[in-house]
Amino acid sequence: MNRPIRRVAVVAALMFFALLVNVSINEVVRSPGLAGDSRNRRVRDAEYAQNRGPIMVGNVPIAQSNQQDGRFRYARSYPQARLYAPVTGWYAYDFGAAGIELNYTQQLAGTDSSQAVSRVLDKLTGKTPQGASVHTTIDPRAQQAAWDGLAGRKGAVVAIDYTTGAVLAYVSTPSYDPNTLSSTDLAKATESWKTLNADKNRPLANRASKEIYPPGSTFKLVTAAAALENGMKPDTMVDSPTVMTLPNTTTRLGNDTNCGGARTSLEHALAVSCNTAFANVGLQLGDEKLREQAKLFGFDTDVPTDVPWVNSHFPADPDRPQTALSAIGQYEVAATPLQMAMVAAGIANDGVVMRPYLAQEVRGTDLQVISSHRPTQLNRAMSASNAKLLQQMMVTTVTEGTGQRAQVDGVRVGGKTGTAQSAPNRPPYAWFVAFSDDPKIAIAVFIEDAQIERSEIAGGRLAGPIAKAVIEARR
Amino acid sequence: MSLATQASDSPPVTSTGSVVVYRRRRNVELAMTLLATTLGLGGWLLTGLNLTGEVPANWPWVCGLWAGMAVAAHLVIRWRLPYADPLLLPLVIALNGLGLAMIHRIDQIPSPPRSDAWDQFIWTGLGMALFAGVIIFLRDHRRLQRFPYLMFLAGVGLLMLPLVPGLGVRLGGSRIWIRVAGYSFQPSEVAKILLALAFASYLVAHREVLSLSGFKLGPIQIPRARDLMPIGLMWAASLAIMVFQNDLGTSMLFFGLFVLMLYVATERAGWPALAAVLFAVGAWLAVNYTNHVQVRISSWLHPFENYDQNGQVISAQFGFAWGGLTGRGWGLGRPGLTPLAKSDFIAAAIGEELGLVGLMAVIMLYALLVARGLRMALASHDPFSKLLASGLSFVFALQVFAIIGGVTRLLPLTGLTTPFMSQGGSSLIANWVIIALMLVISHHARRPISLGVVTDEPTVTNLADDETRMLTGGGRR
Repeated sequence: MNRPIRRVAVVAALMFFALLVNVSINEVVRSPGLAGDSRNRRVRDAEYAQNRGPIMVGNVPIAQSNQQDGRFRYARSYPQARLYAPVTGWYAYDFGAAGIELNYTQQLAGTDSSQAVSRVLDKLTGKTPQGASVHTTIDPRAQQAAWDGLAGRKGAVVAIDYTTGAVLAYVSTPSYDPNTLSSTDLAKATESWKTLNADKNRPLANRASKEIYPPGSTFKLVTAAAALENGMKPDTMVDSPTVMTLPNTTTRLGNDTNCGGARTSLEHALAVSCNTAFANVGLQLGDEKLREQAKLFGFDTDVPTDVPWVNSHFPADPDRPQTALSAIGQYEVAATPLQMAMVAAGIANDGVVMRPYLAQEVRGTDLQVISSHRPTQLNRAMSASNAKLLQQMMVTTVTEGTGQRAQVDGVRVGGKTGTAQSAPNRPPYAWFVAFSDDPKIAIAVFIEDAQIERSEIAGGRLAGPIAKAVIEARR
Repeated sequence: MSLATQASDSPPVTSTGSVVVYRRRRNVELAMTLLATTLGLGGWLLTGLNLTGEVPANWPWVCGLWAGMAVAAHLVIRWRLPYADPLLLPLVIALNGLGLAMIHRIDQIPSPPRSDAWDQFIWTGLGMALFAGVIIFLRDHRRLQRFPYLMFLAGVGLLMLPLVPGLGVRLGGSRIWIRVAGYSFQPSEVAKILLALAFASYLVAHREVLSLSGFKLGPIQIPRARDLMPIGLMWAASLAIMVFQNDLGTSMLFFGLFVLMLYVATERAGWPALAAVLFAVGAWLAVNYTNHVQVRISSWLHPFENYDQNGQVISAQFGFAWGGLTGRGWGLGRPGLTPLAKSDFIAAAIGEELGLVGLMAVIMLYALLVARGLRMALASHDPFSKLLASGLSFVFALQVFAIIGGVTRLLPLTGLTTPFMSQGGSSLIANWVIIALMLVISHHARRPISLGVVTDEPTVTNLADDETRMLTGGGRR
């Protein structure tokens, strides 16, 4: 009977061997994925209760961790909660994170690979590990000016330093209080989450760069850039009938403003935001060239950036009438305020679009810089000479055209107004994009639900002063 | 130390004529047992230290009690079974202690803490008492082979108990429990021992007939119906009851035990081959015609596709990942997040707090236990001992393989206890009795037998004498 017993022993040994191999494979192959799973409460609780580093604007924290008693040893607080909500985002137990809290979560928690050494040192010296601090590019005065300018209306303001891509103001309204959302009182956080999501004004929506809207006439800047890049000049005359019938249709397109005759120069067309003139320019160029130009500014591109990002959109295959409408920022063209600020920035920066960024530096607890952002070029959208021509056209718009409300004494300011129809029975969107030479800043102001008549001047009247206030705040 | 010299007056000879004298190694057993107690006690102390910052005030009592119980078990062996395998008791003390410590640790999670560890400790004491009883009163396990049918009837009777109205209770979908005076008990654990004895006895009596008579069908020798019938019926009846009670895990253990014994008894490899085919057919039918098994399979292969349904398995996997290589440490993990962490999923709790290293060590403890059991099966002189020892060891292996394999996603999960560790009195008691049986078998296997005369009695029968000799004689030599 010994032979079968020996064989049984081999089988038993194989079973135990299989168990050992399996747990080893689990450890090596499956564990890393399991540790990163968002449903893993062990990891989530440990991370949530961590002593995270602060998020700074200048020398002032806009998010910080405070020690407390109870289930979680540290709680997150946001001193100027609503003003900086789109910048910081939130850090909730049950509802994930957003903004810098999300994009720099590893650095803030101190678990990033760049902090491995200090983590080991902390462990050896018995210190409670603390995460790194994130220093933002936000200028508190510009941020405050933009916030005050919107004055509670639904909308967004994005301002960037066009020479570097640093985001100076990043406001979205109506805002929310990340303190309640990130509360360690989980019932309170849940209630806040439900209330915010039920709110029909959608306060959690990041209108500055996570929502796309029809850019309306501000998109004429892209069309104008494409026209200049394809051989037109500011004084090139284009047809500007009061009313034109779009090719192959019976759709009639009219102007909101007086274009000044049956033919007008490109420069004047931009200054008065002449729809028919730009529709004709769009038809001359064709959708291909418009799309190319839009892409160079960042449309339909997954731009690598730490600013919350969704792709702005130019229609993929419009027919001729749709191309005409797209050229004036209607049909299916849709853009984020950040994207429109980048268009202005590219023009102001002599054709070079810089990659936008929100975090200037990440610093360890000893204030030593762990990583620092180096400005990088995204694209050259147009030649420097054409960019200069377009700058002048925008300046004309502000000095003589629809953008006069944005004039700042002693500063060369260029801009472009826009009013976009969202739906026939809804209030229009008011836009204003602008740049100034000194300070070097590019701005997009967007107002949803503007209680104004549907005209260009009205849009500029509403949004222009906000751009002006931000420029003045930077001086 | 002293033990090699304790050869009997009449040295045994093997078939080749050379003399084999096993060392008794009782002092090694004592040392190892004391070492083994430190595993459980260390876990218990560290849990207190890590959770409250201080060692529990009653530590001298707890340490003294546990070490005392272990030493008492050792003394019983020393008294009655001086030639028994010296490794079994330390292994069991280590596993049981780890289990107790882990149950105590999980007790601390709810507020106020539970006292399940205390109940388990009482059961452990009861198990040890039965262990001592078996060792003291069962002078020769071979007597047990006289009553195969009686054993069988007793086993079936126990299996049927949960079906008695008023006595049986249904827990977690299986009607395998009885409740008496507030304590629930799983009679199938005890029935397991009785049925194993019944199978072994029958097979020993009929193994020649079973392997030689009858006709050949391919590689398989089919015995005559009248030889195969009784055991076939025994097996089918017990299996049917367990399947009827929805206790698939235990019925699979039984299937494995029965096939193994048939194979070892007849030495015909056709039996396990046939069993594998039968198992495959059964599994195929179960997968295609029952919902229950399908759910188990899907939660094994793709647990994350249905998070709510497979929350337990998933939580266990998260626990293993959280534990990593060396574990979070006693009291520092979060095993309470996994449902049934004290019973079915205690391996997950071990993996989380003691890490991959700790879990592997536990698996190795079981592997050693099985290895010692199979060794004694080889060393035994008579077929009944061989059959019983190999059967009981293999069931251990199968059980550990199924439950730890299930928890770690090597296999589909079957609800089995982790021997000596899982919370549950019936399983604990039954396993202590099995270990007592194995010790008796090993004593008989290793005991020197004089040519001709078989002495059932060990040379030393007086506990006091034995003790004296160890202290004085052992130290000098």
